[in-house]
Amino acid sequence: MYDFELVKPSTVEEAVKALSGDEAQPLGGGQTLIPTMKQRLAMPGTLVSTTGIASMKGVSASGGVLTIGGATTHGTVAKEAASSYPGLAAMAANIGDPAVRNRGTIGGSLANNDPAACYPAGLLGSGGTVVTNSREIDADDYFQGLFTTALEEGELITAVRFNIPEASNYQKFEQPASRFALVGVFVAKHSDGVRVAVTGASEEGVFRWTEAEEALSSNFSPDAISGLSVDASGMMGDIHGTPEYRAHLVNVMTGRAVKAAG
Amino acid sequence: MPKDHGIGASTKRREDVRFLTGKGRYTDDINIRGQAYVHFLRSDVAHGKINAVGTSEAETAPGVLRVFTGKDFEGVGGIPCGWQITDRQGNPMQEPAHPVLAQGKVRHVGDPIAAVVAETYEQARDAAEKINLDITELPAVMNMKAALEDGAPKVHDDLTSNLCYDWGFIEDNREAVDQAIKSAHHVTTLELVNQRLVANPMEPRVAIGDYASYSDESTLYTTSQNPHVIRLLMGAFVLGIPEHKLRVVAPDVGGGFGSKIFHYAEEAFCTFAAKQLKCPVKWTSSRSEAFMTDAHGRDHVTRIELALDAEGNFQAIRTETYANMGAYLSTFSTSVPTYLHGTLMAGNYKTPNIYVNVKAVFSNTVPVDAYRGAGRPEATFQLERVIDKAAREMGIDPVEIRRKNFVTEFPYATPVAVEYDTGDYNATMDKALEIADWDGFDARAAESAKKGLWRGRGINTYIEACGIAPSALVGQLGARAGLYESATVRVNATGGLVVMTGSHSHGQGHETAFPQVIAEMIGIDESMVEIVHGDTANTPMGMGTYGSRSLAVGGSAMVRATEKIIAKAKKIAAHLMEAAPEDVELKDGQFSIAGTDKSVAWGDVCLAAYVPHNYPLEELEPGLEETAFYDPANFTYPAGAYICEVEVDPDTGKVRIDRFAAADDFGNVVNPMIVEGQVHGGLAQGIGQALLEGCAYDDSGQLISGSYMDYAMPRADDVPSYSVDHSCQTPCTHNPLGVKGCGEAGAIGSPPAVVNAVVDALQRNGKDVTHIDMPLSPSRVWAAMNG
Ligand SMILES: Cc1cc2nc3c(=O)[nH]c(=O)nc-3n(C[C@H](O)[C@H](O)[C@H](O)COP(=O)(O)OP(=O)(O)OC[C@H]3O[C@@H](n4cnc5c(N)ncnc54)[C@H](O)[C@@H]3O)c2cc1C
Repeated sequence: MYDFELVKPSTVEEAVKALSGDEAQPLGGGQTLIPTMKQRLAMPGTLVSTTGIASMKGVSASGGVLTIGGATTHGTVAKEAASSYPGLAAMAANIGDPAVRNRGTIGGSLANNDPAACYPAGLLGSGGTVVTNSREIDADDYFQGLFTTALEEGELITAVRFNIPEASNYQKFEQPASRFALVGVFVAKHSDGVRVAVTGASEEGVFRWTEAEEALSSNFSPDAISGLSVDASGMMGDIHGTPEYRAHLVNVMTGRAVKAAG
Repeated sequence: MPKDHGIGASTKRREDVRFLTGKGRYTDDINIRGQAYVHFLRSDVAHGKINAVGTSEAETAPGVLRVFTGKDFEGVGGIPCGWQITDRQGNPMQEPAHPVLAQGKVRHVGDPIAAVVAETYEQARDAAEKINLDITELPAVMNMKAALEDGAPKVHDDLTSNLCYDWGFIEDNREAVDQAIKSAHHVTTLELVNQRLVANPMEPRVAIGDYASYSDESTLYTTSQNPHVIRLLMGAFVLGIPEHKLRVVAPDVGGGFGSKIFHYAEEAFCTFAAKQLKCPVKWTSSRSEAFMTDAHGRDHVTRIELALDAEGNFQAIRTETYANMGAYLSTFSTSVPTYLHGTLMAGNYKTPNIYVNVKAVFSNTVPVDAYRGAGRPEATFQLERVIDKAAREMGIDPVEIRRKNFVTEFPYATPVAVEYDTGDYNATMDKALEIADWDGFDARAAESAKKGLWRGRGINTYIEACGIAPSALVGQLGARAGLYESATVRVNATGGLVVMTGSHSHGQGHETAFPQVIAEMIGIDESMVEIVHGDTANTPMGMGTYGSRSLAVGGSAMVRATEKIIAKAKKIAAHLMEAAPEDVELKDGQFSIAGTDKSVAWGDVCLAAYVPHNYPLEELEPGLEETAFYDPANFTYPAGAYICEVEVDPDTGKVRIDRFAAADDFGNVVNPMIVEGQVHGGLAQGIGQALLEGCAYDDSGQLISGSYMDYAMPRADDVPSYSVDHSCQTPCTHNPLGVKGCGEAGAIGSPPAVVNAVVDALQRNGKDVTHIDMPLSPSRVWAAMNG
């Protein structure tokens, strides 16, 4: 690890100011960033910790919208969203291990946008908004490919808003080693239609499987998608699964999510 | 009633108190005043010509004491190989040089090019980034068969090819085997891969070199399974330090699984640099470094043929195996695919004709050496897989075909040069069927089917050769070491014992099990016996712990030394009681004379030995300390039968192990709880190999599975609650305890059971799949189902 400065602000304003410095970067739970720094693959000059900012923490639900502070840990979401948005809480409860869940934050996960992470599917599947220190970004505009998002340099995710669906479920087929999603599918049944978001599978990162959304919007049952398939050509391939296998799993996991959502 | 002390008692492991409360003293816990830190700059290409290593900028970086390169080791020896194999033509194997730091070429990702020693670890790492490397990348030698083709790029330019040896075992059997296969009623053929694994002990390797100028003595603290072996290899072959000027200490070691047997370049470097720089030099491996420098395991590609008569009696076995050596020959690498593998190809069966051919090949990968089981898992896997396939092809029940061919009379000389002293394979088979509830399978399969899952079951047997090894025999076979074990038993004046053993405990529980044996022999409390190991300065020359040898060989040495102690103590007791030594009996820590009321306590005899006021000084030396070396007469042959039941999800190919039964014959058992723990650990590693683990390289020699993000270790929820039994006991006939060894059985016996079970599940559901290569990941199983 190279030397760096650590700043621990208590307000968003202080954090934004600190982030305007040279080579400054937000630090959430550090579950992704710290290992990268240990391997000397990242060398931020200043880390601006989000975990001391009270306004960026917590979970609240009102008017069909769940709002989660940008520095809220997965463990907190798993507990505090359990009654208002069980589908999302269950997803958070199955990220990593207890250590990861007690440190890793929603802001860090969404800023990182790992192609195999769970939250991107949760947000894109729910529909909602990424709230930053300077603007609001619609979930459909936020994800822009592997490890790429609409965030600007120095922009801080302060909160994330999820539209709470009538029914939802996330099915994660674990990659055997990392236990990230080899394929993860978040299905949300809203009053105005079904959204299906897929993580882990595509070379383009998280995506909405619109064909399945249409089929499920008129018939919310596994049968509705049994004849559908995603094209293997855009899927990732590695030692854990070929593109064909991932394409196949998208269908299987979607069917299971629909069944579990009921 | 189970015993509560002594041999046969499940005494709780005394060492666990310190391990579980964070008080273990591991090598990395050792910090010597004034120590410096080394960071190795390692190759990031698999194969390349070193044109220049520019160190001037690094040398002047803050904190740097010195930068070493291959040039600094030009007059120094290379890392030696401990076993010379003779090939089919009678020629010695090709043996390349293995410099401490790369010279001329780099040969695998992770090969050390330069070593920066600095005051802090971060300074060493910073400075390493300032080294200017000029390396011309060369085509990587990755595929073993391609590596042997004419014109293939060579890993070692000074060798004639990438072939280390082409070994035939037993060459004289070859014609008879060919003939038997040609004329057989049925021949089953199987091609399979026993994939490369990374050992992944919990504690990564550490080495600290220290040099005392006042005595010209070097000390190496290292994470080793066998400190004396390291002292011998490093002192005699690499650095030229006589053993009396070299001390090697291996304190608490957090697991080895074979990977800490070998002498590694980092050990030699730290010892060398400490003397050059006159300050201690410490290296602590990162987990990423461990993936690319700890010797890997397995990596065999095999074609096996099994010939049978019309009734299913085995007639002949012929195998052709390509064994990956990696870029250099690690300490015992050459023995693993040969004598630790070929000698086990008979399995539990009386096949009259066997011929094993092994081609060992160099490649641009991390060296491969012994890993839990070492050669025996490879033998068991191919044999038990091909038997399963043969049974299916011939329509014979998998239990029946095995029983029909079991060896039932002992001793039994196999056609592959070993003699099984004892065993009862039907007994372990019966026990396995019972604890697995074999007959209840159909009902469970129906339950699985209701959930949409396919249930299958797999059975196999295994045999292994442990208690390594008779020195004269292995010497004839090319070993450059003897494989006896040693023990010194020192009785203190107040009656307590310290036992200095050449075995080394790195998780096995010696500190608990060994005292159980000695306490029982004398009839004292186990707490009076302390085990000392891991330091060449205070233990007799020993060969260490691997090959399930510690109790069978090290324990036997301990028994012999204790027998000497008891014999002398009886003489002292006889003197005290004014009787003849032949009449003295020792029971429950009391010496007595039969038929009299004379007795003297163990403690009084010990005190008399050290305070010899009333003592037969003219006949007997004072003191009570004895040493014994034990060289085994034969290997020991643990054996057993394993049964695995799986559920396969036909939609995803995911395999879940629902039950696993292991019935082992380990001979006599000293501590059943420790034995059960060893089997559990072995099973987890075998299941890990079968379903999860696989070390993967790409075609250019980059290590794809270089971290836990891609290398899948088994976790608690990957394994079932095991049914383990070791009540079938045919004691070893040639060692004093009648013990056989249990450390590797689980890892040897379990992979074929898992694969047999998955193939069975697919077959029962109409998929004509005869084999899937490990690891049976969901994606591979799904591909096989849909192929
Ligand atoms: C063993 C392990 C298993 C895991 N398993 C899973 C899994 O199954 N599913 C899954 O989804 N994830 C998994 N993760 C990732 C985990 O969810 C991390 O928490 C997450 O990827 C990063 O969150 P963090 O708070 O730790 O971010 P950090 O590591 O602190 O930061 C990550 C990135 O986000 C930036 N950042 C942090 N906070 C903000 C913010 N508020 N605004 C803008 N940018 C910000 C940082 O600058 C950095 O670039 C796993 C991680 C580990 C170590």
